[in-house]
Amino acid sequence: MTRVLELNHITKRFGALTANDDVTLHLNRGEILSLLGENGAGKTTLMNILFGHYIADAGRVRVNGDTLPPGQPRAAIAAGVGMVHQHFTLAGNMSVLDNILIGSEKLTRLRSNRAGAIREIAAISDQFGLPVAPLARVADLSVGERQRVEIVKALYRRARILVLDEPTAVLARPEAERLFQTLRGMTAGGLSIIFISHKLHEVMATSDRVVVMRGGKVVAEKVTSETDQGELAELMVGRRVARPLRQPHPAGPVVLHATDLHVIEGGQTRLDALNFTVRSGEILGIVGVSGNGQATLGRVLSGMVRPTSGMLTIDGTDMTRMTPRQLVQAGLARIPDDRHAEGVIAELPVWENAVSERLHQPAFARFGFVRRRAARDFAKNLITQFDIRGAGPDTRTGLLSGGNMQKLILGRNLVGQPRFILANQPTRGLDEGAIAAVHTALLAARARGAGIMLITEDLEEAIGLSDRICAIVKGQLSAPVSPKNADARTLGLMMAGVWGADHAA
Amino acid sequence: MAPVGAVTVALVLCAGLIGMAGVNPLKAYAEMINGAFGSRLAITETLTRAIPLILTGLAAAVAFRSRIWNIGAEGQFYLGALFTAWAGHGLVGGLPAILAIPILMIGGMIAGALLLAGPVLLRLRLGVDEVVTTLLLNFIVILFVGMMVEGPLKDPLGFGWPQSVPVDRAFMLPDLVARSRLHIGLLVALSAAGLIWLVLSRTVFGAETRAAGLNPRAAAFSGIPLSQTLFLVSLLSGGLAGLAGAIEVLGVTGYVTTTMSPGYGYAGIVVAMLAALHPAGVVGAALFVATIFVGADAMSRATGVPSFIADVIMSVSLLTMLTALLFTTYRIRR
Repeated sequence: MTRVLELNHITKRFGALTANDDVTLHLNRGEILSLLGENGAGKTTLMNILFGHYIADAGRVRVNGDTLPPGQPRAAIAAGVGMVHQHFTLAGNMSVLDNILIGSEKLTRLRSNRAGAIREIAAISDQFGLPVAPLARVADLSVGERQRVEIVKALYRRARILVLDEPTAVLARPEAERLFQTLRGMTAGGLSIIFISHKLHEVMATSDRVVVMRGGKVVAEKVTSETDQGELAELMVGRRVARPLRQPHPAGPVVLHATDLHVIEGGQTRLDALNFTVRSGEILGIVGVSGNGQATLGRVLSGMVRPTSGMLTIDGTDMTRMTPRQLVQAGLARIPDDRHAEGVIAELPVWENAVSERLHQPAFARFGFVRRRAARDFAKNLITQFDIRGAGPDTRTGLLSGGNMQKLILGRNLVGQPRFILANQPTRGLDEGAIAAVHTALLAARARGAGIMLITEDLEEAIGLSDRICAIVKGQLSAPVSPKNADARTLGLMMAGVWGADHAA
Repeated sequence: MAPVGAVTVALVLCAGLIGMAGVNPLKAYAEMINGAFGSRLAITETLTRAIPLILTGLAAAVAFRSRIWNIGAEGQFYLGALFTAWAGHGLVGGLPAILAIPILMIGGMIAGALLLAGPVLLRLRLGVDEVVTTLLLNFIVILFVGMMVEGPLKDPLGFGWPQSVPVDRAFMLPDLVARSRLHIGLLVALSAAGLIWLVLSRTVFGAETRAAGLNPRAAAFSGIPLSQTLFLVSLLSGGLAGLAGAIEVLGVTGYVTTTMSPGYGYAGIVVAMLAALHPAGVVGAALFVATIFVGADAMSRATGVPSFIADVIMSVSLLTMLTALLFTTYRIRR
């Protein structure tokens, strides 16, 4: 097998932090290599060195046997290395063609060769199964389509080695599946691919070989067919992480009751006659393809949107028209699906975010003044109790990692022993260690007798945690199924709107 | 640090302009310092100028912190001033000064607050950009003041000058320093700065305004009533600008003219930005701007450099400060 890419003894330090510590790896022609590691393991730094965005303190990069000059992205592109960033680098107001062409033609050309470029793009699309419409405006495309444009853009520059940085972070499950198929087709066409991820099942599904990084070092290299998710998880985290198991537990009385819930937002029916109950000590999982109403359901239960009609009760009390503050007071906990946009205010210190939902409660306010000491103590308590790392009460919240931010949100919600918990995508974007922590906390709340609604796109999570699972399709809920009868296929069908009475639990 | 650097850069840039006017910049700046602080009179004049600037600076800082872009402090200043002159001329006549003065000040605040309430309601209900509405209201209010001082509120004893009826002599603010124009309004302005600092940094309301300004969506999610909070913030902001107008009438002029403010409302924006929106910083920044205003006049008399250099220095300071803020915001942290 020919080695198309070699990274030899790469070391990169940022001040006291060693982001890459003597990293060596290689890529063979026509293979998909997964680079697996938690957030902060040094994957992205390594790829930035490969691509010439950073200059390594030691070590060198060889492409097809030739050493690349450090710190020159142009040299990397010329050598046939293409990178698809996690956050796309496309101009939304320009056409697909313009985005692909930009920077690829000599400035001295009088006219850009658009017809020729369109032909070439069509050829690339055909060859690799990447349909794009050259004249469409990028802003009008879906995320999956934009990603295809990014890939075509790299291929148009004659990339033979493609680096994809967490390509599925922005994709829904079906789109991701499609991407994997495309990648397979591309390697058959002679391309070599580095696939960066921290999601185990994707790594297992796509790659030929896995390199695991932890703390800036390569800790293992495995042939995918000779390993399994458990081993990879352990290598990645450095200790045995098992997602906690749900213990059987009898459900208690009904905590949350929704009757004939309708929500119309922006003239469209988002929730259509929803009826459901959540009992004490039970987790109700809601799965669905995004855009089918789960976001609206989350907003209704967090008090951000009032139902158009229907009724919601918590412990028999009408909560249909309650404000967020009243909901918290009534014992409802809310974990929002977007922690940066809704969960925390990044610029404020940890303690202000810890008490933001309870600023008006006498514990934290006296005569309209904030009881700063009490609030700081509360934050300190959360930090120890929920193992929020790298934070003191006065740390700027935006400096926390995603997992620790989520633990802060979880902590401030759970510490009040809520009756009902809305957990909306609680582990989205988190690494394995943080996911296990979130799951443990939710299961502990369940054992204590809280009723929990878990809205998630992660089917394994839904099956692992829920006592009952419903699919949400076009604003309607399926009948619940028991996780015993639910596998990815059944749930997939349910999410497509196919459900029958025989599944009912 | 950012404000000091920004002001230094601004002064260096303006030194070039002064040099082009044929004067040694160092000499010009020395004249400026001398004009602002060189004598008892100069110091009291500078402090007197700083009073309205502290208040309009606070008005801008309070609003900007919650991302309400109140560009209308100039109009709110004039409306506060006009109300004070009108009410102080007849309405509260006969009351003892100790009662009348607070009533006039509060009245001025209410006038300013109400003027900002309209644009902010339009913004909260209909999404109308308050930058445009508050800015345009300034011109409407100044024309309205012009109409009043030429018409119903014209001073019959004013020798035909377009000035309003005066407030009762008894209600004029006592001097802080004898034989000067410096009045106890300075104490009011300083206490306002202290009070605003206390409210913003220590109270629940202050925490809510901060959250609402930094991330409205997260603030609403955590249960802060967004519209209500922003509305109260704008009442506070408009009130402070109105108070500036009321105090200027009660402390300095005694009546209203359409030229009584050399742009205190707009200068307040510069003051707030130089202070990085911090209430204590507002006091320092207001002193700086007052120094430039007063000093530039003296420098102009001594060296012949046009006193417009004051406006130039102020504007350049704003630009350098905005640039400095940009740099500090995007500073790479490790």
